[in-house]
Amino acid sequence: MQTIEQYLPQHPFFGGLDASTIELLAGCAVNVHFHPQDYLFHESGPADTFYVVRRGRVSLEVSSPAGPRVVDVAQEDDVVGWSWLVPPYRWMFDAKATSEVSAVAFDATCLRAKSEADPAVGYALLQRVAQVMLHRLQSARIRLMDVYGGNDD
Amino acid sequence: MTSLAGPDTAGSPSTTRAVRTDPMLPREFVVTRTRQDTRDTYTLELKAADGAPLRFAAGQFTMLQAFGVGEAPISISGDPACPDLLEHTIRNVGSVTSALATAPPGTVLGVRGPFGTGWEVQDGKGGDVVFVAGGIGLAPLRPAILELVAQRAEYGRVVLLYGARTPEDILFGDDLHDWARKHGIVVEVTVDNGQHAWRGRVGLVTQLVSRAGFDPSNTLAMVCGPEVMMRFAATALADRGVRPERLRLSMERNMKCGVGLCGHCQLRELFLCVDGPVLSYDRLAPLMARTEL
Repeated sequence: MQTIEQYLPQHPFFGGLDASTIELLAGCAVNVHFHPQDYLFHESGPADTFYVVRRGRVSLEVSSPAGPRVVDVAQEDDVVGWSWLVPPYRWMFDAKATSEVSAVAFDATCLRAKSEADPAVGYALLQRVAQVMLHRLQSARIRLMDVYGGNDD
Repeated sequence: MTSLAGPDTAGSPSTTRAVRTDPMLPREFVVTRTRQDTRDTYTLELKAADGAPLRFAAGQFTMLQAFGVGEAPISISGDPACPDLLEHTIRNVGSVTSALATAPPGTVLGVRGPFGTGWEVQDGKGGDVVFVAGGIGLAPLRPAILELVAQRAEYGRVVLLYGARTPEDILFGDDLHDWARKHGIVVEVTVDNGQHAWRGRVGLVTQLVSRAGFDPSNTLAMVCGPEVMMRFAATALADRGVRPERLRLSMERNMKCGVGLCGHCQLRELFLCVDGPVLSYDRLAPLMARTEL
């Protein structure tokens, strides 16, 4: 397996960042592994980690009286979690591994501190997270339209 | 895109004469099998009462009539190589589609057509092919996929991206499995609403486009589903680099006559029953985002 420093520059999320910024961010990161049914984080828990999935699948779930409902699924090369970036830094959903999962886990406190110290790094991170948020918001809006079940068929 | 075959001209002399001269006159077909695919979707197998085959191109539709109830445009979902067996997959959403979808074996239905343009999947030979389907939109693509797998070696990488409302709404589960396992098609399925037993993707089908492995510069893409979904899928494919003239969509508006006379299916200068339903994105893009067209 590649080291974190080797892996990050190839990942679309980190595309366009220079080597020194990648090195700076990699200093906040460790490789982690989860088994099926392990939780990466729980709803209402402190959003202290940001994940990049290297391998496997993670389902974002919300518990309900009828059982967990999957709201989204992240897989290879997806990023998981943006609540670490915005106060009150609290997870909105559960994230559960549904297969063997390898990921890069970034310490959110470390990322926030480096962003505060160097606004250019903070802006670069914010741009990238905003892009992920935009795509997921657009997707969620279209899903809300229930296009497959509506009369548009 | 050129208009493909009109109404079938084979059959007994008396039937042939009527079909040739009057596309408004339905042929009688007998339901031989009714299969419930999902909660609200059924597939009918029909055979012509006169025994004559109904040859069609993948992507074409017929006007299917429940006598005494009404007529609806329904895409053909069967194999173009088997013109003796007409297959229609129908979602039960109203009185006509209810009468059609639940017609038991032995029921006689009226069939006009086939009408309209086809996918012309053979244009993808020598390159990659991407199918993007949403909901019941997989049904009109099925004949194109069957045509492709019959000559699988002629095509490069083939990807099918399919979005459904829930896992229970996934159509043609056995086909999806066979296309992946036996024919090397990369099949990616995603649902809008995943229950806890679902282990696949959850999310919009257009999200799959960005990560699908194909060479956009040499790809024929075919998209079918609700119009909103097609618009976003087409944008995602174009953003990946698929050329608009190599990106085809099936536009299914309110077809009535099937022969470009009544104007019910008009989309500005297009009569979708004859100019479509399958059209390339370079012709459709300026029209799709316009309200009330």
